[in-house]
Formats: sequence, C-alpha cells, structure tokens
Amino acid sequence: MSTLVSGRTGEWEVVIGMEVHAQVVSNSKLFSGSSAVFGASPNNHVSLVDAAMPGMLPVINEQCVKQAVLTGLGLNAKINKFSVFDRKNYFYADLPQGYQISQFKHPIVGEGEVKIELSDGSTHKVGIERIHLEQDAGKSLHDQHPLKSYIDLNRSGVALMEIVSKPEMHSAEQAAAYIKKLRSILRYLGTCDGNMEEGSLRADVNVSVRRPGHLLGTRTETKNLNSVKFIMQTIEFEVNRQIELIENGGEVKQETRLFDTTTGMTRAMRGKEDAHDYRYFPDPDLLPLTFDDAFIDELRMGMPELPDEIKYRMVNEYGLSSYDANVLTEERETAAFYELASDGRDRKITANWMSVELFGALNKAGIELAQSPVSPSQLGDLIDLISDGSISGKIAKEVFSEMFETGKDAKLIVDEKGLKQVSDESTIFAMIDEVLAANLDKVNEYRGGKDKLFGFFVGQIMKASKGQANPGMVNQLLKQKLDI
Amino acid sequence: MSDLLKMTATQARNLLLKKEISSVELLDAYQTAMEETKGLNNYVTPTFEVAKQMAMDADKAYSQGTASSLSGLPIGVKDLFCTKDIETTACSAILKGFLPSYESTVTSKVWKSGGVMLGKLNCDEFAMGSSNETSIFGPSVNPWSKKDGNNLSSGGSSGGSASSVAAGAALMSLGTDTGGSIRQPAAFCGVVGLKPTYGRCSRWGIVAFASSLDQAGPFTRTVEDSALIFSAMAGHDPKDSTSASLKVPNFSKAVHAGIEGLRIGIPAEYYVDGMDIDILELWKKGRAWLEQAGATIVDISLPHTKYALPCYYIIAPAEASSNLARYDGVKYGKRIEAETLDEMYELTRADGFGEEVQRRILIGTYALSAGYYDAYYLKAQQVRRLIKEDFDKAFNEVDAILTPTTPSPTFPLGAEVSDPITMYLNDVFTVPANLAGLPGISVPAGLSKQGLPLGLQLLASHFREDKLFSTASAIEKQAEFSLVPPRAAGDLQ
Repeated sequence: MSTLVSGRTGEWEVVIGMEVHAQVVSNSKLFSGSSAVFGASPNNHVSLVDAAMPGMLPVINEQCVKQAVLTGLGLNAKINKFSVFDRKNYFYADLPQGYQISQFKHPIVGEGEVKIELSDGSTHKVGIERIHLEQDAGKSLHDQHPLKSYIDLNRSGVALMEIVSKPEMHSAEQAAAYIKKLRSILRYLGTCDGNMEEGSLRADVNVSVRRPGHLLGTRTETKNLNSVKFIMQTIEFEVNRQIELIENGGEVKQETRLFDTTTGMTRAMRGKEDAHDYRYFPDPDLLPLTFDDAFIDELRMGMPELPDEIKYRMVNEYGLSSYDANVLTEERETAAFYELASDGRDRKITANWMSVELFGALNKAGIELAQSPVSPSQLGDLIDLISDGSISGKIAKEVFSEMFETGKDAKLIVDEKGLKQVSDESTIFAMIDEVLAANLDKVNEYRGGKDKLFGFFVGQIMKASKGQANPGMVNQLLKQKLDI
Repeated sequence: MSDLLKMTATQARNLLLKKEISSVELLDAYQTAMEETKGLNNYVTPTFEVAKQMAMDADKAYSQGTASSLSGLPIGVKDLFCTKDIETTACSAILKGFLPSYESTVTSKVWKSGGVMLGKLNCDEFAMGSSNETSIFGPSVNPWSKKDGNNLSSGGSSGGSASSVAAGAALMSLGTDTGGSIRQPAAFCGVVGLKPTYGRCSRWGIVAFASSLDQAGPFTRTVEDSALIFSAMAGHDPKDSTSASLKVPNFSKAVHAGIEGLRIGIPAEYYVDGMDIDILELWKKGRAWLEQAGATIVDISLPHTKYALPCYYIIAPAEASSNLARYDGVKYGKRIEAETLDEMYELTRADGFGEEVQRRILIGTYALSAGYYDAYYLKAQQVRRLIKEDFDKAFNEVDAILTPTTPSPTFPLGAEVSDPITMYLNDVFTVPANLAGLPGISVPAGLSKQGLPLGLQLLASHFREDKLFSTASAIEKQAEFSLVPPRAAGDLQ
C-alpha cells in the first residue's frame, strides 16, 4: 500500500520517528526509595533525594534496570552490559536538582525492532534506535493560584524508559500501529502499564516530508502526545502543513511544537536557536552501570511469551483467523484467559464465545476482562456442555447470560432450571405429534408444496420444548413425520 | 585541670576511661577556649547546648562501661556537613538559615562513636577557596598570626577546622578535601590533616562541591589521633554509590607499625619554580628522617604532574556548576522574589553566591558547553587518567610518596584574594591525589624562618591509609613539632 501523499506539485513521502517515554513499573523511583505510585496527594511521595536537598546522592534501583533490560529483550534489542548515567542540565522549577539524570552516550539498550501489522494485512518492521533510562521531572501547576505556580514533586525521580525509534514510519496509520504494538509488548512484559491517559506512556513525534528518493527533509518535533488519536492528528496536521509550506515556496523550520487537543493543530513552541545546551556529562555520583550475561540470561528465562509468538501459535496450531488472533492477543490478560478457557477444548468455538458473547457482555457492563464474573474455567465448562450435547448453542447463550449475572457455574444453572437438552426420540416424537395435530391446515399446505413451512414447525416444536429439544434431532424426526 | 587542652585525643580518652577526667570537664575547657579564641572567627555556629548533652551522655557511657572510641572527645565540624536541626550553610548566603532534617553519614558515625559536637566551623563558600576568605562569615584567622602583626590565613577551604584544632578550640575536627582543602590548611596551621582514599568515607549529607573529588577527613594534633577518629568515620555506605564496600582495618595499629623496609618515593616533578627555600630544606629533612627510620628512598617520576592543576580547574568547576544548580531559590535557602521564574533565578543566584563561587560556576558551565566539552572536560578527564596511571606505576615500586604539602607557608589575609591564579597555585601538590583518588596526609614538620608552620605530605595507593599512618608517624616522631601558636587559647600555651 503506497503511503505517498499527493500535493499540488507532486508526490511526497512522509518520514516519522518517535521518542516514547514509558514510565517503568516499579515500586520505587529510579534513584530513591520513595513510592512511584500514581495518584497520591501532591508532594507525598518525595524523599530528600527527590527534593534535591544538599548532600543527597542517587542510588540506582535495580528493579528499574531489570525492567529496561527486559524491555530491550522484548524488542529484540542489543543489551549493553556497560552503560553510563549522564546529567542533563537545565533550570526549571519542577526540576529540583537543576539536572535530570539520563543516559546520553551509552544507553542501556541499543538497536532493536518492532513488527507492526497494518489494516490491509501487510507487515512492516520499525527499527528501534535505543532505549535509555532517565528520571522524570516533577509537575508544575499553573492553575491553582492567580499569581503563583505550584510544584508537585511526586513524579520527580520516577523512572522512565525513553524508547527511540528510527525514522522508519511513513503514515499516521503506521505510527498508530507502532505505538499500539509497543504498548502491547510493554504491557505483556509488565515493564510499563501503558496508561496513556495518566501519562505513563507519552510520545514525542518527529515528522518531515521529502520527495520520494530525496534526502530527509527538515523535521519538527511535537512533544508529549498522550493518545493514539493525538499522535495521528499531529502527523496528519504536520504533513499537510509542511507540504503546503514547501509548495508555497516556504521552508520547514526545525522546531519543537505543541499539539492543541481542542483544535487538533500544532503550534511552534521554540525554534532550534532557542534549543537548550544541556551540558551533558557523566554523573559523578553514580558508577557506570554494568552487569554480566548471567544477569541478562536470568531475565530472558523469566520472559513471558509475547503477542507475536502467541499469535503465530493461534493461527498455525489452533487454526484461528488472523483477525481473531489479533483480538485475543492485544492484551496479555485476554490471551491468558483464552488459553485457559480453550485448553483441551475446541479452540475455534472458544475463540468465538470469547470475542462475541464474553466481550459483548463486558462491553455492555462497561467492565474489564479482569473483573469478568465468568472465569476462564467456567466459560470452558459451558463450552463442554455444548460439545457433549447437553445443551444447545441457543440455550448456552441463555445460560451464559445467567452466569455473567450471577457468577454461577453453567452446570448448576442447567440443573436448576432444567435446561438440559432433550434428545430422547419418543419425547421429541410426542412434541412433534402435538404441534402437527394443532396445525393440521399448515401440514396440508406443507404437503401441498409449501416447503418454507418446515421452519415454522421447527420453531413451534422448539418453543413447546422451551428450547430444550435437541435441534438436530427435531429436524431429522420432523422430516420423517412430514415426509411419510 | 588546666592541662586539659594539652592532651591529645588518645591521652584524653585514656584518662576518661580511668575516670580521672570527665567529658563535661573536658568540654568546659574547650568551650572556654572557644570563647577565648573567638577572634579567630572559627565557629560559625557553636552548639553549646547540644555539646553539653552529648558530654553528659558520654560520661554516663563511661560510668556504665558502654563508652565508644570517641566518647567525650570534643569535635568541631566544617559547615559543609549537614547536621540535623543545626544550621548548615556551606558558609554561603544562599543557604543562610538552612536547617537540615538529616545528619550526614560521617557526622552521625562520629556521634554514634561518642564524639561531642562543639559546633560548625568556618570554611570557604561551598569549599571553594584556599584561604577561607570566600566565606560569607569572613575568614578564619590562623592562630600562628603574631599577636600584633597581620592576620594570617588559616588556609582553605577547611580553614576553621584547621585553625580551631591548632588554637586548642577543638580537640579534633572534620573537614573535606576536594583539591587540598584539608591538607593545605593543616600545613598552614601546624596540625595533622588526612584526606582519605576517595570512596573511604561516605559523601552522603555533605554539601557537594565536586562529586568525583570530594572526600571527608579529620584534623588532629597527632597522627595517632588521626587514625583514631578516621577509623570511626570510614566505612561503606549504601546511600553513596561511590563509597567502597571494604572493611575498615584497625588503623591505630598502623601508627606504631614502623617503616622498616618501606620504600618511599620522591617525585622529581614536585620541585617547582618559586618554591620556598624553607620548604625545600624541610623536604630534604623529611627524606633523611624516613631513611633514619629504616625506609629506602627511591627517586620516582610522575610525568603528568604539571597538568594536574589545569585539569583540576576544569573538572572541579564543571561538576560544581551542575552540583550548585539546586540552589535556585525554589525549594529552600535564599529566594529573591521576581516577576518571572528566570528573573528569580538570576537575582537569587547573583545575590546568594559570592564572587569565587560565581567564577567557578561560569568556568564550569563554559567547560561543559556544546562545542567546548571535548576540548575541555573530555580532555581533562583523559589527562586525569594519565595522572592516575603515573601513580599506579609509581606505587608498583614504592609504598608511599613524600612531598611538601604546599609550595609556601601561609600568607596574610587579603594578600592573594584578588589574584585567583596565585591562589590556585596553593593546591599544586595536593590536587593530584584528589584527581587520582589517593589518600594523603599532611604532617606538621617544622617552621619557616618567619616562624610559620610547614607541612610534609605523604601519599599512598588506594585504601592504604595504614601506610600513611606508619610513615607520617615516623616523621612526626623525628620532627618533634610541639610548638604552640601565639594566638592559641591560653591554657594550651
């Protein structure tokens, strides 16, 4: 699928790169013991180190290092056994130290890749340039007082991974697929909760345009986008803005831009000439970060199966459609639920039940899979009842509704309500006889050639049996009766 | 007892153990001396009440038999160590009134060992200076100043720490050494000053100047006392990533170990132009003393020595420019209100930092700037590695290195303050040890012709402070430096 964009003067190629800031899942901050949990009241999760009191020193949190390595492994990236923390110096009110501890020349993770799948089924690889660990800054609140700004340092010092992609995306759709896939991998790994609304995953998007085959154009960087929609809007807006600018004889300026969520437009924040000189240098309070192969291997051993591997198995071993496999692997919890529910059963039927009935009910109730009143084994038991002929598919739906409402087991509901399927020939014959006797006129019409009435009889019999008659047998036995 | 001020820490401790004197008595003598020597401007925050309580606690410990190594010994603390609920200013206007809610690792170890805190001692602002003249409180005065003559510098940055011990206003004191800030004032004031191996003492809770060079150390009147207090200060601290996870040996043993068979290096490069003749002679004497004590003298070369000072004056300001960024008026310390955030920063920092601190922040910021980083900071780091390699090679051949501590004795206050380059030259012999992370000690070894104390410096390889103590002790014995400065407390005379 071509991603070229037509302008007034010809075709343009869009080039997109992304820097994703992912908050590391960990109990405490990158260099201090205070809690990294979101949502505490302002300045409640602040240690002496986070507030940059005189004489305070950072100490690396090993958990955060493990999470970064795990992320690197999940992105098939090179893990650097030697990395260095640098100070990035700038003044801001919510940056207590006057510098951010980050990694500049020697990041903890090197080159890797993310495989994305597009709506037309094509796949595409997006290269990862590097991942480095860094501290988050605090938060400035400008709307609390008419004259003053307030500072909340809860976030100050929380560990972030900056995941830098190569400029290898060429459309808003690709960028969206990339961020979604990245988010999914991070969530599988448990290294970032991926919550974009709360800001634990946010992206800086670099966009430029060029004539196909030409050198890279000048890029703009739009900062701090915290939804897939905003990322796509930013790219679309920037592509159009830049093409129009160039086609009207202008030039794209290298600058940092801000996205306005209400207008869907970006605007210039600061130009290249105003760019900070961050005066990076290795942080003398910290030794270089080093670990051995055993450290990496242990993390590799504990790695969960990732969505691509699970999807491959679902399509090739379970025979699921690529679409179903995508739906079931988007979230780690969904895949795990499915594996449990479908284990030892018909994989396809289970997939259908999950994507239609269970997801439908969850959506309607507005709850997440984790809160599902029906457990994987309960769903599995229900499917067993269908497979062994105890209940029909139709009854099963009724049973499922009840399960979802009450949390009861399928078997219990079937027993309590007497919903077990009737497969006894003489009982079904008796029902047929009753229905035919009550509709003799229609029997004659049927025998006179009005075949369509067959469905009517089936419906009446099922109704008489309260849906419990085995539909296959009803069909077969009714045919025998009518076709005498 | 009028002899109280004359006792070394080791002697005082023995008498405390025998209950011949009490901690409170000892403290009273020192507090009287503090009053008497007020004119030396050593204490910026005396802590009389805290000291009283600690001395009483120490006496209780002695009576209960639970006394520790420093119980009841009066100790002053450079105002660079954060001390809980006691004003800590780094002798800067920007931290005036700052009350830490925490205690530095080194001081808390010293208090845990029973030390009695006399108060906070004067120093150069943020430890930047070699004469104690950049302090917001004015300079500490050297007790070797003639009673009717010019006031002389105690040296710096830990001027108050050196002067108070020399004047009998502290039995021992704590300082920090980034480029010579313990050894130079120790030499100027005629006391023993130890700069331990980088990583030996925790930096946690010490106001940072240059993180890769800063190290805490003690001032004492004898080498034996130095080993005593150093043993309490040293040790691994998980809160400081650069602190070494090594066991701390019993250094007191090393003091009396003797130096029979040790090899002592004399580096050719430490003969510098303009060096005081008295210093040269003292250096020769030191060489002879060590030989007499059974050591072998070896001429060695440390070829990159001449680059140490310029290298130091890139690295230290670079780190300082970043370390001092936190003093921005936002969270604590001084703030000058303004319309905008940037304006508030500018006014606060212009007003809160003195001239020398501002000079070093500017130098450091420049050295780290885009386009200059490679030429300055990176180059300086490369040179630093060469200097370290010089020492590594030398210590393959020798156990310790003997040099003068400073190229000249102390000078009148105000004499050098306007000329930063001359001032920086004070550190020419001390800076290399900081760059290489090595331990060094300055021992008082004689007087100049004008009657000013001179020090000899010993350097050893990483974590071999024991060799410093053995060698310094040999010099101490033969130098017999037992003179009392003219402006010391009366009872010390």
